[in-house]
Amino acid sequence: MRSLLRRRPVLGMTLASLSATAVGIAIALWIDWFPVQASSASPEIDTLYDILMIASVPVFVLVMAVVVYSVLIFRAQPGDMSDGAPIHGNTKLEIVWVTIPFILVSALAGYGWVVLNDIEAKAADTLVVDVTGRQFAWKFEYPGAGKSKVESDQLVLPKGRPTEFRIHTEDVIHDFWVPAFRLKSDAVPGLTTRLRTTPTKIGKYDVVCAELCGIGHSTMRQQVSVVPDGQFEQWLLKKKKSGGDKSDAGGDTASLTPGVGYGDAR
Amino acid sequence: MTLAAKIRAPGWYRATLMVPLAYLFAMGLVVGVRALYGWDPLLDADAVTTVSLIAMPLAFLVGIGCFDYWFYWASGRPTRPEDHSGHGASSWWDYFRVNTDHKVIGIQYICTTFLFFIIAGLLAMLIRAELAQPGTQFVDPNTYNGLFSVHASLMIFLFIIPVFAGIANYVIPLMIGAPDMAFPRLNALSFWMLPTAGVMMVASFFVEGGAFATGWTAYAPLSTKTPVGQQFFTLGVQFAGASSIATALNFLVTIITMRAPGMTFWRMPLMVWANFTTSLLVVIATPFIAGSQFFVLLDRSLGTHFFNTGAAGGDVLMYQHVFWFYSHPAVYIMMLPGFGIVSEVISTHSRKPVFGYRMMAFSLVAIVILGFTVWAHHMFVSGMHDWLRVPMMFTTMLIAVPTGIKIFSWLATLWKGVIHLTTPMLFALGFITMFTLGGISGIILAIIPVVIHVSDTYFVVAHIHYVLFGGSVFTIFAGLYHWFPKMTGRMYDESLGKLHFWLSFVFFNLTFGPMHLVGIDGMPRRVADYADQFATINLFISISSFLFGLSFLVFLYNMITSWRNGPRAVANPWRAHSIEWQVSSPPPIFNFDEIPTVVGGPYEYGVPGAVHAVFGDEKRKTPSPAGRAAATAGGGGAQPPPEGQIQ
Repeated sequence: MRSLLRRRPVLGMTLASLSATAVGIAIALWIDWFPVQASSASPEIDTLYDILMIASVPVFVLVMAVVVYSVLIFRAQPGDMSDGAPIHGNTKLEIVWVTIPFILVSALAGYGWVVLNDIEAKAADTLVVDVTGRQFAWKFEYPGAGKSKVESDQLVLPKGRPTEFRIHTEDVIHDFWVPAFRLKSDAVPGLTTRLRTTPTKIGKYDVVCAELCGIGHSTMRQQVSVVPDGQFEQWLLKKKKSGGDKSDAGGDTASLTPGVGYGDAR
Repeated sequence: MTLAAKIRAPGWYRATLMVPLAYLFAMGLVVGVRALYGWDPLLDADAVTTVSLIAMPLAFLVGIGCFDYWFYWASGRPTRPEDHSGHGASSWWDYFRVNTDHKVIGIQYICTTFLFFIIAGLLAMLIRAELAQPGTQFVDPNTYNGLFSVHASLMIFLFIIPVFAGIANYVIPLMIGAPDMAFPRLNALSFWMLPTAGVMMVASFFVEGGAFATGWTAYAPLSTKTPVGQQFFTLGVQFAGASSIATALNFLVTIITMRAPGMTFWRMPLMVWANFTTSLLVVIATPFIAGSQFFVLLDRSLGTHFFNTGAAGGDVLMYQHVFWFYSHPAVYIMMLPGFGIVSEVISTHSRKPVFGYRMMAFSLVAIVILGFTVWAHHMFVSGMHDWLRVPMMFTTMLIAVPTGIKIFSWLATLWKGVIHLTTPMLFALGFITMFTLGGISGIILAIIPVVIHVSDTYFVVAHIHYVLFGGSVFTIFAGLYHWFPKMTGRMYDESLGKLHFWLSFVFFNLTFGPMHLVGIDGMPRRVADYADQFATINLFISISSFLFGLSFLVFLYNMITSWRNGPRAVANPWRAHSIEWQVSSPPPIFNFDEIPTVVGGPYEYGVPGAVHAVFGDEKRKTPSPAGRAAATAGGGGAQPPPEGQIQ
């Protein structure tokens, strides 16, 4: 075996690498990496990640294969005091391994840019939601709902309607993150940051603070309910009537989408 | 010596006396100033702590004797001429005093940094204990925030950055054929600032309100609003940073001016190239983190408005820009020296010249330059200007090219070598594979749409540990095993070394690999509590991490017993060509009885009759034209001691 490897090292290594690459890509694509897809950005980002996996696995396999093969076939026998071949370099090879990574990363960066423009594209008929972080809870306001602004502890969104979040903070930096939407933005003192997306799947998903904001950071978790458009309008109307009263039972989102929880939707 | 004389002389007695005096001075200064302004109360505990955090470390450094020579010189009094009686170490106690020998300082650095490595590692064990289950088990959220903040700060500022400076301190002067560093007293001062900074960071656990709890990133305005423990970070970083800048200057001057005759830049070992480029990064970038922390300090202590937004005109994003303008290059400060170590280890232990030597050096320079153009990739979701994101994504991904050159060149060095799977070689190979994984997750973390989802999650925690542990720490272990015989004069236990490698390699992956999954699945980082759905995988990570922590004990046992009782090491156990292996193990007090002349490249393995450097006798026997030409041309080169001591 060892002598065979020594005679045709590159052939054996290539065959082993190709099969390892196939297995590696299969595993990478089989793993269920992401939470449920609940926004228009989710499928695009998940596909981008899959492409990155497909591009990455061969690189890692190549490095592993050369390391393992070198150790297997070029390992010194006990007592071997000889030196290796005095090879100082190979310009052609060096040009190859400068050019290929350059093309690869440029292509991936270009693809990333396209996806970025896609997920941040503006849309007509946008629902605006003001998201305000404070130590240690989120507050949501719906300014577009007529004169009386609706304020709520719960984030409720209509399915299929383009939404723009305008993110603020009352104290330190927080970060508004909905893993199911794949979207995240810091809430920065003195600035308004924006996120745009369209919820695509009815259900309840976590809203997480992703920027360390003090003692209560790890408990700064709330939920977003994505509901059918009609149900959303009803909820908004009820909220408006009660004058945005925070303790308003009418805003109980638990009754809106029975049986569809974060865990079930996964 | 009488007690009075002991207290006057530089050393621990004087330091022990001066530190409490500095505290009293701080208290007096605060009370005095507040009395002048008529403020109530006169004694403000936070203000006293802040002033004493500046005064006490300085008093310690003065007391221990870092400044004696300079004070004498500045005041016009006769300086004590350096008679080199303090050079070298004849007992363990010699490591506990101000010593100007680069080899002693190297050992001081390595041992001190490993002490903080152990402390920071124990903090990591506490973190994983708390995270083994959702909810609160052992520590309250504030303490938890302190644990990961101090863990990261110690690992970065008191372990990885300075341990590389320690290894380089020991080997660089030997490698370039110099009798010592260019500025030995500055070198000693650089070292003594380190334990000062480390003690400050650890001490923060014992003050009111607990340790600094804003992460090692200390983002404002959270860091301007937290209890006084934050000041221990703000000021501790100043001492660690000053230490790094002074050392880097020292390396630059040493490498530029003190190379042996014939040692052109293109004959320098890549370890020397790596420390040269790292030092450039340190000197240019480190002042920025010092600045960012001064802004926080001034906002906290003097009421300035750097981060007070609104009418006061502050800007919190400014903190992040300044901070990352240092802290991204800091990633390369923590990696380039490791690249140097791995080049030495792979070439020596596979008996082959480093493939593409010049490209290896150029790629280091390319990383230095590109390293300054990518900082905002840490800020893709920070609310900064949108347009800045795409160019920063591209430059970040471009760094894969020079890094790729290095990885592929190491692989090509292995190919057709005669590979000796010693412990340093195993760690170097472990480094190549794990760093490749860290590099791949780095590429993923450059692509904006993906980062919008995974930033501030456990995916980032996984990535940073793949590059800093699988990357940097593996190279540190490779370097320590490789130069252990040179530093101690004894051999380490090879089987224990291999056991250490395999245990760390396996449990490292079992600990940090799954973190990629939980991160993408929605678990944020820096949380004491998490959603129940992540419970199983976190328990698995915690158990792996405890075993990972235990694997370090094998290393510790091996190092301690081998240093005490290991078999005597020969001068050149690896049959390496570079100069440090041509002197005895450990080297003579002044490194060389006669300065060598460099006549060829450092890695000419397999080239018949090739040598890197020749010493006196051989020089006279076989004068090499190249060596002779360089010897006459090389001005400012090293001379034999004691004249070579540039003071």
